[in-house]
This record gives sequence, structure tokens and C-alpha cells, in this order.
Amino acid sequence: MVKVFGGVAVLRGVDLPVGEHSVVALIGGSGSGKSTLLRCASLLETVDDGQVLLDGEDVTDPRVDADQVRRRLGVVFQAYNLFPHLSVLDNVTLAPTVVHGRPKAEAVDEARTLLTRIGLADKAGEYPDRLSGGQQQRVAIARALAVRPRVLLLDEVTSALDPELVGEVLALVREVAAQGMTILMATHEMGFARQVADTVAFLSDGVVLESGPPAQVLGDPVQPRTRRFLSRVIDAGRL
Amino acid sequence: MTGGQPPGAGLPGSGLPGNDPRTRTSAGPAAAERHPVPPPSELELSRRAWRRARGRRSTVVALASTLLFAAVAYLVVTRAPGWPRVRTTFFSPTVAVEHLPEILVGLWLNLQVLVVGGVLVLVVGLLVALARTVRGPAFAPLRILATTYVDLFRGVPLIIVLYLVGFGLPALRLQGVPTSPFVLGTVAVVLTYGAYVAEVFRAGIESVHPSQRAAARSLGLSYRQSMRIVVLPQALRTVTPPLLNDFVALQKDVGLISVLGAVDAVRSAQIAVGQTFNFTPYVVAGLLFVLLAVPSARLADAVTARARRRQQAGGLL
Repeated sequence: MVKVFGGVAVLRGVDLPVGEHSVVALIGGSGSGKSTLLRCASLLETVDDGQVLLDGEDVTDPRVDADQVRRRLGVVFQAYNLFPHLSVLDNVTLAPTVVHGRPKAEAVDEARTLLTRIGLADKAGEYPDRLSGGQQQRVAIARALAVRPRVLLLDEVTSALDPELVGEVLALVREVAAQGMTILMATHEMGFARQVADTVAFLSDGVVLESGPPAQVLGDPVQPRTRRFLSRVIDAGRL
Repeated sequence: MTGGQPPGAGLPGSGLPGNDPRTRTSAGPAAAERHPVPPPSELELSRRAWRRARGRRSTVVALASTLLFAAVAYLVVTRAPGWPRVRTTFFSPTVAVEHLPEILVGLWLNLQVLVVGGVLVLVVGLLVALARTVRGPAFAPLRILATTYVDLFRGVPLIIVLYLVGFGLPALRLQGVPTSPFVLGTVAVVLTYGAYVAEVFRAGIESVHPSQRAAARSLGLSYRQSMRIVVLPQALRTVTPPLLNDFVALQKDVGLISVLGAVDAVRSAQIAVGQTFNFTPYVVAGLLFVLLAVPSARLADAVTARARRRQQAGGLL
């Protein structure tokens, strides 16, 4: 996959398989292309070369209906991006009813089950601005799960949170992963990536410099640049 | 990086074991309410006293300067050599009372234009704004048309639009073209204000953060669905104060349909002036328009203040 912004190749040929029921963590410094890769994978950006394959189908083919493809994806953003004019319940039921045409009552039932699962059943009627950042992000995850996605794409979902709220969001991601969801996530939480991911991919300068099991990539990286990145992360007290 | 680092030791984001999100109380807005407010300290009490004193002083200064200004204005006007003459020609109570009924009848016509025009302005403005924001090469003619319309009618003075529509359209003598000054006046007002309001709507639509569209599209909503369900409701909230401001402006501009010969408040006043050679009816009509505008202006203020409070609460992303 290749992505160019204004003559600068942000992604210069990324090849990254994400197996079903597996969790792939993208790590790398800012500007390494993690978010761009996720935006391309969720078809919020068009790729400039290469393919994104979903269940073997080339979804980057311009003849493919992008709206249809996005229905099979769940995306969670760094800044939550909940809809501020809709209640928590309406945020979660919006896509199932409007996009997937499920009956309202059924969607509401499912949403309440999801909200109970994330521990926010009592907040169903609240508006997002009444919730803490961690609660908002958990609602955003519930909103993404409500469409029963094939893949969950998480773009640094804890980067905007206070340290004390990070735990509750990661606990939810861990639970979702344990239930077999396929997840591709960009993250700065190395310890979390080590615990939850099946594969860690180190992105640098628009290529996957190295990828493999977390113990290997995070514990004993081959590439000097991965080593340098990780040692800086350690210096910052993040691993 | 040597590999000797204990895995995930003490890192903030590793999901501290036993930290179940369901049992945690998170620091929400309600957290502060559980503690009783401590009594204010000496320092705070002295600050409050100072603020109160300052507040009293500003009130006194404001009052004094207002009275002074009013007194000077009153003296300057009433001492003017022509004042007795002006008082009888512009502020004659008998003329005012005599002609108030017909001016009120005329004002009823203005109100009708205002209500019908106001609704149509909203419809035209929204449609044009949507046409200007729609993407895709297939919609290029629509975009160009909408942009041309806005450029044209924001630039031309309303009175010229009134002349062109009011006298030009009927002059074509086409079948079905209305000739009533009421209808033609409304059309002209809607054409001009539609262009203004379209820009207000467009600004509102573009003020909704792109991340909201990204979130909507990533859920599988189509362009139209995300516009209708996610972007427009948020945009409408933002544009309500400026729209009310435009409504206040529209209230007085509906008085301009008098140039087409419609017997509205302004035209009734003009007729009365012609009969009495006294300008008081104009003042009466003017005051009536002010009375009409004041409630809308206060409503606009209230809505703006509410929107600002809501934004300062920090909720609107």
C-alpha cells in the first residue's frame, strides 16, 4: 500500500496481513504513518497504489461501493468523535438502524446489552459531554462494535486520555480481543501491545521495518531503528 | 533497548490488574458535588468586598454618564432654533393617533411578507448552501449556479432587486406571472435574503469538525445520511444566533416593498404624510418597526448567550 500527501510518500509500500481473530499492533514514532495506514484501511483516504484486502476482496477498487465496505468495519478514533447532539444510546443505535436497517427496538436492546458490558448502562440517556474521556472512548468502542464489524480499527484510542482513564479503555479492548475480534490498532502503549497483540509491526518512514510476535519485536528487535525507538520510549518511562 | 527491561513494569497504560472499569468511579461532573463548599477565607472575603465596591462604583458612573448624555442631548435638541417647528411636524400626537389605524393595517401586510418570506428564505438558503457544499464532478453545474446566485444577490441592493422583480417580471406579460406587489415583493426579499442565509448555513455546515464526518462515514453512513443526521443538526445549532440576527434585519427590510406600491405600513404612512403635510406618520411607522424588532433582538441575544454558555461548558468537541 502506498499513500502520498502533497508529493511526500507517507506510506511507501506497506504489506501487513491481519489474520482473522488476531490482534495486530502498529507501533512507531509520530509521522511514521500509523494513522494514515488506518485511515486508508477504513477507506477514509484513497490509496495511491496497492490494495486493501478485506475477506479477500480488493476494497480499494474504485468500482467497489466504499459505503458498503465501511459497514463491515468498526473504527475508533483518538478523539472519540462521538456525536455531541445525540445521546449515548442514539450514538450506539444510529448505524444499526440507519445503515443496517435493523428494527429500532432490537437495536436498542443490543445497545443496552453493549452498554452494560462496558459498564455504562446508566449513562444511556446522557449526552457525550456529560461523560469523562474514558467513558466517551468506551462508548465509541461500543458504537463501533454495534455494527458487528469484521475488523476493528483502533487509532491510538488512549492518546487523548488522562493516565488514570487509560486503564478502563484498555481493559475493554482486551476483553473485546479475548472474544475473538480481529483488531488492527495503532498504539503508544507498548506494555499493552505486548500483552494483547499477536503481532507487533514497527512502522518507520512509511514502511513496516519489522514485525513479529510482541516478545521478539519489543523484547529483542533486529533492526537498529526499532531498538532506538524502543529505547527512547523506555527513557520516556512508557515501557 | 537491551531486552533487560522487565516487561510492562509499572507502565501507566498496561491496564493495572484488578482495575475493573465497571467498578471504577470516574471523575465526572458530579464528583465535586459530594463535598460541602468550605467557608470563604479572609482573603476571598476581602476580594469579594473589593469587587462589590467596584461594581457599585461602575453602576454610579454608568448612571451619571447616561443622565449627563441624555440631558445634553435634550438641551441641544430643544434649544435648537427650529425645534418648535420640528415638534409639530414630526411629533404631533393628534396626527399620530389619527393615522395609527391605517398604518397598523399596513403593518399587517408587512407581517405577512415577513412570515411567508422568512420561511421561504430558510428553505432557499438551506438548499443553496447544500448545493454549494455538495461534492463530486457531476454536481459542478449545481455548485456554479448556487455560487453565481449568492454572488449576484448578495451584491445587488435590495431596492434594485425589488424594482427588477416588481416591475420587470410583470412587464414580460408571461402567462401565470403574478402581478400582486405582495407576491412580487416577497419574491424579491426572498431572493436577496436567501443569498445571505445560504452563506450563514454554509458557514455552519463547514464549522462542523471534519472528524464528525469521518466518524459518520466510518460507520457506513452515506454522504447524504451523514449530512442529514450528523452534520446538519450540529450546524443548525451553531447558526441559530446569526439567523435570528438576519431575521431582525428582514423585519425592517420588508418595509421596502412599499416601493412596488403595496400598501404596507411605510406606504400608508406616506399617503398620510401626503394628506396632512405632517411627517408624524413616518415616525409612527418607524416606531412600530422598532417595537417589532425589539423582541426578536432580545431573543437573538438570549439564544447567543445560551450557545456561548454551552460552548464554555466544553462539551461541543
